[in-house]
Amino acid sequence: MTSAAAAAVTAESQPRRERPSTLALLLNNRLAAAGLVVLGLVVGAALAAPILPLADPNATDPAHRLAPLFAPAHLLGTDALGRDILSRLIWGTRVSLAVGVSASLIAAVVGSAIGLVAGYAGGRSDQILMRLIDLLMAFPYILLALAIVAILGPGLINALYAIAIVNVPFFARNIRGITVGLARREFIDAARLSGKGPLRILWSEILPNVLPTIVITLSTTVGWMILETAGLSFLGLGAQPPQADLGSMLGDGRKVMFTAPTISLVPGLMIFLIVISINLIGDGIRDALDPRLRSGALARPSFRTAIAEPLDRPTAPLDAAATLDVKGLRTDFRMGPEIYHACGGVDLTIAPGQCLGLVGESGSGKSVTAMSLMGLVPSPPGIVTGGTIGFRGEDLATAKNERIRTLRGSAIAHVFQDPLATLHPLFCVGDQIVEAIRAHQPLSRSEAEGKAEELLTLVRIPNPAERMRALPHELSGGLRQRVSIAMALANDPELIIADEPTTALDVTVQADILRLLDTLRHDRKLAVLFITHDFGVVSEIADRVAVMYAGKIVETGPTTAVLADPAHPYTRMLIDCVPVMGEPERRLDAVRGRPPAVNQLPAGCSFAARCPRVEPDCSTGEIVLDEKRNGLQARCLHPLEPGETLA
Amino acid sequence: MTAVSDARLLEVRDLSRRFGGGRTLFGVKKPQLTAVGALSLDLQKGETLGIVGESGCGKSTLARLLVGLDRPSAGTIRLDGEDLAAAGRRAVAAKVQYVFQDPVSSLNPRHTIRAILEAPMRHLLGLGKAERARRLDQLIEDVNLRPEFLERYPHEFSGGQAQRIGIARALAADPDVVVLDEPVSALDVSVQAQVLNLLERLKRERGLTYVFISHDLAVVESVSTRVAVMYFGALVETAPARAIFAAPRHPYTRLLIDSAQIPGRQRAPKSGGSGELPDPYNPPPGCAFAPRCSRAEEICGEAMPGLEARSGDSQHHVACFNPIPLAAHS
Ligand SMILES: Nc1ncnc2c1ncn2[C@@H]1O[C@H](COP(=O)(O)OP(=O)(O)O)[C@@H](O)[C@H]1O
Ligand code: SF4
Ligand code: SF4
Ligand SMILES: [Mg+2]
Repeated sequence: MTSAAAAAVTAESQPRRERPSTLALLLNNRLAAAGLVVLGLVVGAALAAPILPLADPNATDPAHRLAPLFAPAHLLGTDALGRDILSRLIWGTRVSLAVGVSASLIAAVVGSAIGLVAGYAGGRSDQILMRLIDLLMAFPYILLALAIVAILGPGLINALYAIAIVNVPFFARNIRGITVGLARREFIDAARLSGKGPLRILWSEILPNVLPTIVITLSTTVGWMILETAGLSFLGLGAQPPQADLGSMLGDGRKVMFTAPTISLVPGLMIFLIVISINLIGDGIRDALDPRLRSGALARPSFRTAIAEPLDRPTAPLDAAATLDVKGLRTDFRMGPEIYHACGGVDLTIAPGQCLGLVGESGSGKSVTAMSLMGLVPSPPGIVTGGTIGFRGEDLATAKNERIRTLRGSAIAHVFQDPLATLHPLFCVGDQIVEAIRAHQPLSRSEAEGKAEELLTLVRIPNPAERMRALPHELSGGLRQRVSIAMALANDPELIIADEPTTALDVTVQADILRLLDTLRHDRKLAVLFITHDFGVVSEIADRVAVMYAGKIVETGPTTAVLADPAHPYTRMLIDCVPVMGEPERRLDAVRGRPPAVNQLPAGCSFAARCPRVEPDCSTGEIVLDEKRNGLQARCLHPLEPGETLA
Repeated sequence: MTAVSDARLLEVRDLSRRFGGGRTLFGVKKPQLTAVGALSLDLQKGETLGIVGESGCGKSTLARLLVGLDRPSAGTIRLDGEDLAAAGRRAVAAKVQYVFQDPVSSLNPRHTIRAILEAPMRHLLGLGKAERARRLDQLIEDVNLRPEFLERYPHEFSGGQAQRIGIARALAADPDVVVLDEPVSALDVSVQAQVLNLLERLKRERGLTYVFISHDLAVVESVSTRVAVMYFGALVETAPARAIFAAPRHPYTRLLIDSAQIPGRQRAPKSGGSGELPDPYNPPPGCAFAPRCSRAEEICGEAMPGLEARSGDSQHHVACFNPIPLAAHS
């Protein structure tokens, strides 16, 4: 694997990550598996009823009425008319299952069709259909079923219709909700542009995407529908004598409940077994299809990233004069048997008042590095396995949870790309800033309010007193990001970690926010760790740049030096592939291939597969980050000279 | 240069799209906003018209109107002289296609790439199986993807690959015009160039005409032959790409260009912000940019400036009463 071409091919065709299959997950779930076994037996018996050596279920035999359990020739005894209970139970189960399942299917088909049409058509049709559905739902469930049977007349088939109708709204509402979401997705527009008509779109684009939901809904409701059918039969509105179904058997047994309790107990037990086994399977299916469960991320997020024991700590002393001094930081993600080295030994130093720009492609580990500093990486699967995180000489990696809690949002503050993700949607921004202030400072409410308003003025929000009462969604993206910055400043931080804070903003707003951050850090001697993928933004704000690739810093140095004459081929390629305003004629050189997966990093340089300067020695041994020239450090064996371009 | 009307592919006249309005069931008036207001525009065959503007200025709404995904509230779009409203969506889609911003969400997760790419050939062109297979091979090669990708599902592709599939889908019906709405904004910088270079080659090979929407001025400058600047639902300046970047005449264009971050440039800190967009439900009278404009005069708050050539250059149109004089740039 020394040839770059061969490496590039393997990078493109990496094995797809294996995930447990749905069936495997289902069988792993013990309850669901047990449900599957029970239901299998019941259904098997019901299907086999005609070929089993059973007595005629309707043959009366008054001479042997109310025979007890285990009576000769009647394993489960006989009922008040002397009919064989075992035979009636199996035939009755067959009827109940058939009715319950048919009703569910009818409800699913009709309800889903209504939901699909309403959700896709939208507007008036949607409103009218859904109001009708609401009307159905406004009646108490069983009352509605009773009313329908009263109109249609008693009988098993009519009971079936009643149960189906009663359950239509449930499907219609569920499916409509999903369809509305899907109908706005871009692939629906793409299908319209491909010439597909509305019916074809419903059938071939939307239905395949809602089918899993229909199946899940079905599996979680069919048990209840069997129960409801039994209920109607129990009231004498379903199966008519002499036909047996579970509900009517229960009704028959009720009359002799005290003399022969087993007659009602047996069908009751059967109903219980069917319903519980179906519901267990339904829950199992739902869980197995939940993508969060598949990725193992359903666990509650922990307060702080797990720290490996023992932690691999570099011995070099921490620089107490620097605001941030990170050495050898390593964060892994452990997912099943795979270990992803998302942050694979990172060193960062930021002095007070300095701004470090952390640059790299998405997935290079910028955010994991930043989140590891304050233990914000979710655990599991994240774990810090090495490094010291020096904050003014104090090591945060080994600090107590209490200490981290105090520092979060006070001395060290975060600003994220999407302010909506950090601001609570239901509280006005003023209250949220007041909350942030009072979490760390012993101020009265009115004092904190005064301070909050000052902060909003500081970040140049026009009309701050009025904006205090605005909800986050009432502000534009730029104003929201200013509010996040105001919140970050609330407790006089010494370090701000800003993760792509301007990426989602327009150029004009972006320029404003960058200017604001720049002024603040100079005025208040703030250290800023600024994460971005945009070299234009970096040169605007950062004193120093660190370029990250596959979890490691591959080049770092003063911004102007890195941008003008990078030593690392990757930095050069990254700069060369973006268009620059004022140079429209410039040829854009794409970086071919993709970064390696961080769970199977190659030996030697992780950029080797994409590097035009690769030599045989690049693929052996650890390559260190060392000084190349005037302040530039690069992790490369064959660095570029000043002015040198790539072939 | 008005004699080139035969090369005019798309003619947009007084196009408007309003959202909301009307009344609720109880007769309460619903608020209305104008996303695109009385916009006129010509597209010449073979050009790449770049459209820039801040988010919410109506770029995507305009794009959706052009490809027939949305219907105008007023105004007309003519393609080769034929009114699009009368032509029907299929006829439009066969000639004007669209590339989406988010490559992954524009591909149905439950369809194979083959099914996605065959759909336009089947439903727009009515091609038979053999012909479809032949074209598909060509298409997939044209966008630099491997034939075995055809049997895979969208989630198996990276952003760059997915966007190449999106481009292939747009080209499957052999359109004349392709509207690209932020086609590279969702991509990593390292793959943007791949997609931009691919678009350039396809345009050359297939004689396409592009409408290229982006908020990234550097990208627009590198791909466009002509640029239109949009603000608050209207065009405020149109000119050949070189002219508009070298000598912007509308104060808003100037603001956009000055705001862009350029590697290796550190701006002198400027005081004050660049201002906020006006409230779309409550638009100001006169020029919509007036509240943010340092060149505003009395008339700006009263009348709406029209988009016209306001100097010797008939190609350079600007909607401003007090445009930046050309002399200011030399
Ligand atoms: N379906 C819609 N309903 C209501 N308002 C809309 C709708 N689509 C777009 N808008 C509004 O129209 C304006 C222009 O939006 P858009 O065309 O998406 O802008 P851009 O593409 O420049 O980001 C915005 O104010 C937006 O909120
Ligand atoms: S060490 Fe340098 S030259 Fe060698 S592959 Fe890596 S980046 Fe390229
Ligand atoms: S018309 Fe007036 S307010 Fe509008 S951009 Fe021109 S000078 Fe500014
Ligand atoms: Mg848009």
